[in-house]
Amino acid sequence: MPFSSNSNFERYDSKLSPFRLAVIGSGPAGFYTAYRVLKDHPSTLVDMYESLPIPFGLVRYGVAPDHPEVKNVQHRFDEVGQDSRYTFIGNVKYGEDLTITDLKSQYDAIVFSYGASQERSLGIKNEDEPIRNIFSARAFVGWYNGLPQYRDLEPDLTCTDTAVVIGHGNVALDVGRILLTDVMELSKTDITEYALEKLGKSKIRKVIIVGRRGPLQVSFTAKELREMMNLPNTKFHTDFEFIKNELSANVDFISKNRPLKRLMQILEKGRSNTIGDKSWSLKFLRSPDEFLAHDDNDPIRPKYVRAIKFHINKLEGPPEKRVAVPTGKMEELESGLVLKSVGYKSVPIKGLPFDEKKGLVPNYKGKILDNDNNEQPGLYVAGWLKRGPQGVIATTMYDAFETAEAIVSDIKQNKPMLSFQTTKKGSDAIIPILHQRGVRTISYDDWKKIEEKENEAGRVKNKPREKFGRIEDVLFTLDTLK
Amino acid sequence: MFSRFSIKCFTSLSSNSKRQQIMCMNTFAKQNFRNQLIWNVPKIHKTTKNPIATIYQIRKFTNSKVTFHKEITPPKEGEGVTINFVTREGDKKTIVANVGDSIMDITQAHDIDLECACEGSLACSTCHVIVEPKYYEKLDEPTDEENDMLDLAFGLTETSRLGCQIVMRKDLDGITVTIPSATRNVKLEGR
Repeated sequence: MPFSSNSNFERYDSKLSPFRLAVIGSGPAGFYTAYRVLKDHPSTLVDMYESLPIPFGLVRYGVAPDHPEVKNVQHRFDEVGQDSRYTFIGNVKYGEDLTITDLKSQYDAIVFSYGASQERSLGIKNEDEPIRNIFSARAFVGWYNGLPQYRDLEPDLTCTDTAVVIGHGNVALDVGRILLTDVMELSKTDITEYALEKLGKSKIRKVIIVGRRGPLQVSFTAKELREMMNLPNTKFHTDFEFIKNELSANVDFISKNRPLKRLMQILEKGRSNTIGDKSWSLKFLRSPDEFLAHDDNDPIRPKYVRAIKFHINKLEGPPEKRVAVPTGKMEELESGLVLKSVGYKSVPIKGLPFDEKKGLVPNYKGKILDNDNNEQPGLYVAGWLKRGPQGVIATTMYDAFETAEAIVSDIKQNKPMLSFQTTKKGSDAIIPILHQRGVRTISYDDWKKIEEKENEAGRVKNKPREKFGRIEDVLFTLDTLK
Repeated sequence: MFSRFSIKCFTSLSSNSKRQQIMCMNTFAKQNFRNQLIWNVPKIHKTTKNPIATIYQIRKFTNSKVTFHKEITPPKEGEGVTINFVTREGDKKTIVANVGDSIMDITQAHDIDLECACEGSLACSTCHVIVEPKYYEKLDEPTDEENDMLDLAFGLTETSRLGCQIVMRKDLDGITVTIPSATRNVKLEGR
């Protein structure tokens, strides 16, 4: 991999000063990269910038509230957070409050790990119309998990008994499971109080999870499917005949793929429980075509979603590259709540190469490449921005470690890094600039105070924590503590 | 096993939380007693908290910094079992451990680089290790929950296991486990 031998770039000398690393985004990718660099190159100082006043990204706002074990990973992040070589600078919007130019003069290297902040769209008729009660799963998950952006989402769970979830991934199963789980169970989790209140009044009894292809092409995984099959008081419906045919037609393909084989066994078995006043179903071979809404002057539900029109597909091509082809037949599915769960999307930022087609920053093992495949000195990427929005925390961990190893190896090989200056001050120089610009920065100590408040509020309600849902409340609380 | 956790409880909690210490002791006494009784039976279900996970839950409410290292008492002479690690860097490390220690405990105590993101609660696959075939055969069958997580592990092999689920026994003396590395594993996606 060639890199420019431009003499403008400083070569970092570890004997003279610490290695200054900026990390953009405080989710698992950012923390795992920071952790590994601090471990493998101890004379590093890491400054982590986060747009929210609160760290941990999708571990806090993505992981389902009824999966608290997954959040144990925060203990590792907390260890990093309290390391004297680490500085958290929260409530800073990269791109608005802070630019790449600001950072380039004060750091040896930057890791971009701001993830995938938008959802993919379906690209169908009426999608951009203001039809009520259609949400992206990202918004719905953010809403019940306390992401400030979606605090005022106000989904109506009382106007219908049927929810349709579009997409066959783990997020689709997560939202389905939350809709069907007893609120008594949920009340023991760190789900937000306002969401719990709405879910307590929910009339949703039926969740239909729809995908465009067949059972072999689903993206959800065994644990999540097993949980759906074990939901109390909930029946399961699907086209077992179709599943059976697909499985027997692809025996060879399945037998070579252990995760798929195990997943299909769970699916084929279904569930023995045939009683319950709730149900969920898995529908295949359906691509949404159009959202249908109640009339503007409907007396009860003006402008609410009424149904979704689907194309009925058939599958073509070899098992590893099955494509959905419309048969020409259509089907309407009545539903008063629609959640679109077809994936997340990263957005480009100024000054950084971006592959629009793949939706990620082009890189070689985490080192950012320009359009001509040249390594960009001192610029790295990790997490979903590096490999696309997929995989579990373990995937992101390996991926972050790979980026960290690239950084450390570049340091050891004395490869060119950022900046022309010889003295880089990192956040010591950046924080005063931010304050000048009127940005209120949040430190890790501030977060620990907020965390203590959240835990305290949680203890009263017998739950792990009660999250702050609004940024203003976080800032106000910090003010009153001072 | 028993005494190890009790000692850890006292050293890890801040001095003013005596009541918590006692509660913690009791939890561990119960947990470990039960684990010892049925320790050969595939026993871990999603909701069953591993004792180590419990320690963190209790510690979460104290102000003490969470560290990952567990204090493991060195085995008495002649009673230890040997375990060989091939580390992330490809180095070999041999450690004498106690019967009853899990591979997760051992790596954390001896500063061997193995992440245990969910701290043994079967919610991730970060402590994935590859077991030497001869010894893999001796292990109890993995539970569905462990297999579910293994399905998501990087570079899954025929003899892959989760480190938190392998508990040392006399007949595992001499076992070798390899810690997969991101850079050594070319194939990154599970499927």
